Amino acid sequence: MENSTLISIEALKKIFPTSGGKFTALNGINLTIGKAEFTGVVGPSGSGKTTLLNIIGSLDTPSEGRAVVLGQSISDLNVKQAALLRRSKLGFIFQSYNLLPVYTVFENVEFPLLLLKLDESQRKKMVLESLEWLGLTDKIKSKPAQLSGGECQRVAIARAMVKKPEIVLADEPTANLDAANSHNILKTMVQLNNELKTTFVFATHDDKVISYLKRKISLIDGKVLKDEIIKN
Amino acid sequence: MKLLLKLAAKNLYGAGRRTWLNVIVLSFSFLVIIWHKGLLNGWDRQARNDMVNWEVGAGQYWQSSYDPYDPFSLTDAHSNIPSSFDTLLTKGEVAPVLITEGTIYPGGRIQSILIKGISSDQKVLKLPTEKFQKNDDEIPALIGSKMASDNGLKTGDEITIRWRDTHGTFDANELKVIGIFTTNVPTVDAGQVWIPLDRLQKMMGMPGEATILICGNTSEANLKPEGWKFKSSEELLKSVTDLIKMKSVGGIVLYVILMSLAMLAIFDTQVLSIFRRQKEIGTYIALGMTRSQVVGLFTLEGSLNSVLAGLLAAVYGIPLLAMQASRGLSFAGASKDYGLVLADRIFPVYSLGLVATTIIIILITTTIVSYLPSRKIAKMKPTEALRGKLQ
Repeated sequence: MENSTLISIEALKKIFPTSGGKFTALNGINLTIGKAEFTGVVGPSGSGKTTLLNIIGSLDTPSEGRAVVLGQSISDLNVKQAALLRRSKLGFIFQSYNLLPVYTVFENVEFPLLLLKLDESQRKKMVLESLEWLGLTDKIKSKPAQLSGGECQRVAIARAMVKKPEIVLADEPTANLDAANSHNILKTMVQLNNELKTTFVFATHDDKVISYLKRKISLIDGKVLKDEIIKN
Repeated sequence: MKLLLKLAAKNLYGAGRRTWLNVIVLSFSFLVIIWHKGLLNGWDRQARNDMVNWEVGAGQYWQSSYDPYDPFSLTDAHSNIPSSFDTLLTKGEVAPVLITEGTIYPGGRIQSILIKGISSDQKVLKLPTEKFQKNDDEIPALIGSKMASDNGLKTGDEITIRWRDTHGTFDANELKVIGIFTTNVPTVDAGQVWIPLDRLQKMMGMPGEATILICGNTSEANLKPEGWKFKSSEELLKSVTDLIKMKSVGGIVLYVILMSLAMLAIFDTQVLSIFRRQKEIGTYIALGMTRSQVVGLFTLEGSLNSVLAGLLAAVYGIPLLAMQASRGLSFAGASKDYGLVLADRIFPVYSLGLVATTIIIILITTTIVSYLPSRKIAKMKPTEALRGKLQ
């Protein structure tokens, strides 16, 4: 783990109202994640992994406690500030890729750069570079419907990486992929982590993903059960 | 805005058939609204021109007792033509008309008519009064084509005419139809017989008198002779203006139906889009768009339908409307029975103002209709939207 802390979480609680009362998804989480980590939040379904990732990604807010991401307290951000944080500093990879169906591969990867209002030549250069990392240069003009699951997820990674974010949040990135594709994707992410020093935070219960992690945070019933550094 | 416009255009294009269906319905509404308005404008212009040319002139002086809606006023509604009109009369720039009631007996039937005496050398109205000059018949008469067909009359026919002179004495004679004119103005045609002014003055025992003076120039409004009241052409055309205004209001029902159809399609598409594209909405937010930007994007997508519809309407509408504007729309057969100033063929008139107003109204309506369902996005939780969970 490197020294500079990117994510700091203290006594974090997330409580959802339900028809029968309330459900505590996160119950007093404390952790810090530093630069260039390759960390996984692991645990069974309903353990609070995705909720934790959503809060780190400023898509949701804590009910109690504090979550500070890149120096900004998530609870204190207004809608615009949260959008700006996601737009400029965070990358997301989803289980079901969440590619924009009417856009081509190029346009999907270009999208975050459009939001950053970069000029066209700069965008083109960054998109091509990103697609090259992911080995997708031959699919530039394809639409998501024309790609395999593995290719879709690689496009999603390219889209998350293209703006060179400080943190990439990946929620079950291999859940819809076969073993070969999963390993390919994970190797790519490890390589990006090594080369670009991007921090990766996974929410997963997939053993293949876990085997690549450098740090594993085990979550059960919204609580951190174990936080261990994995030495390969 | 540029980004949203680009994204909206792309999404709209990506929506494929759904977009085209909306655009086609909307473009049809565009076209029908413009066409209908153009038709009313054309009718308005033609009706006003015809009324000016055949009946109203540049305005009229009415003898102070004259009331066109009260036939009993005709007994007293006649005076000597003021001397201030002498020069204009000589030049034919004023058409004096003497009006009285009478009866004709075509084919053994009795028919009440208005006998109108008009100077043969007038140049104000389109009535072919020059035909009187070359005629030596006892009572030469001009009638309109509707009057002719209603009474089975043709040029050269002679019929008995009866009238009552200034002393209240009934008199009768034979009149000869020397010409039949065709006009779109029923008020100079139906139930009217036009004869030379001097002849009617003699028949009535009213030498040098007239009921109305039809002006050829607006400057004649300043003459203001005593015992005569001036009626401007605008006043005299009010009935047509009101009628067309009423028709325009009636047209709004048509617009509302057409617009409702188009707007329903867009509203439905927007609701469906927001329902089906929740994951996409979540993705936009996760990638850094604000909720208001996403609302703007969806609203823009909806309103772009009307822009595309405008373009499509221009592609097939401009040639269609231009063809109709040059060839006109035929109302032959029916127009004479309407009792309205309605030409056999109406040439629609499309102004830039009409097109611009229609485009603006449709654009604003479409934007509002697109915005209403899009507001739901602002209430969505991005975490739920990302999972495509219904909210």
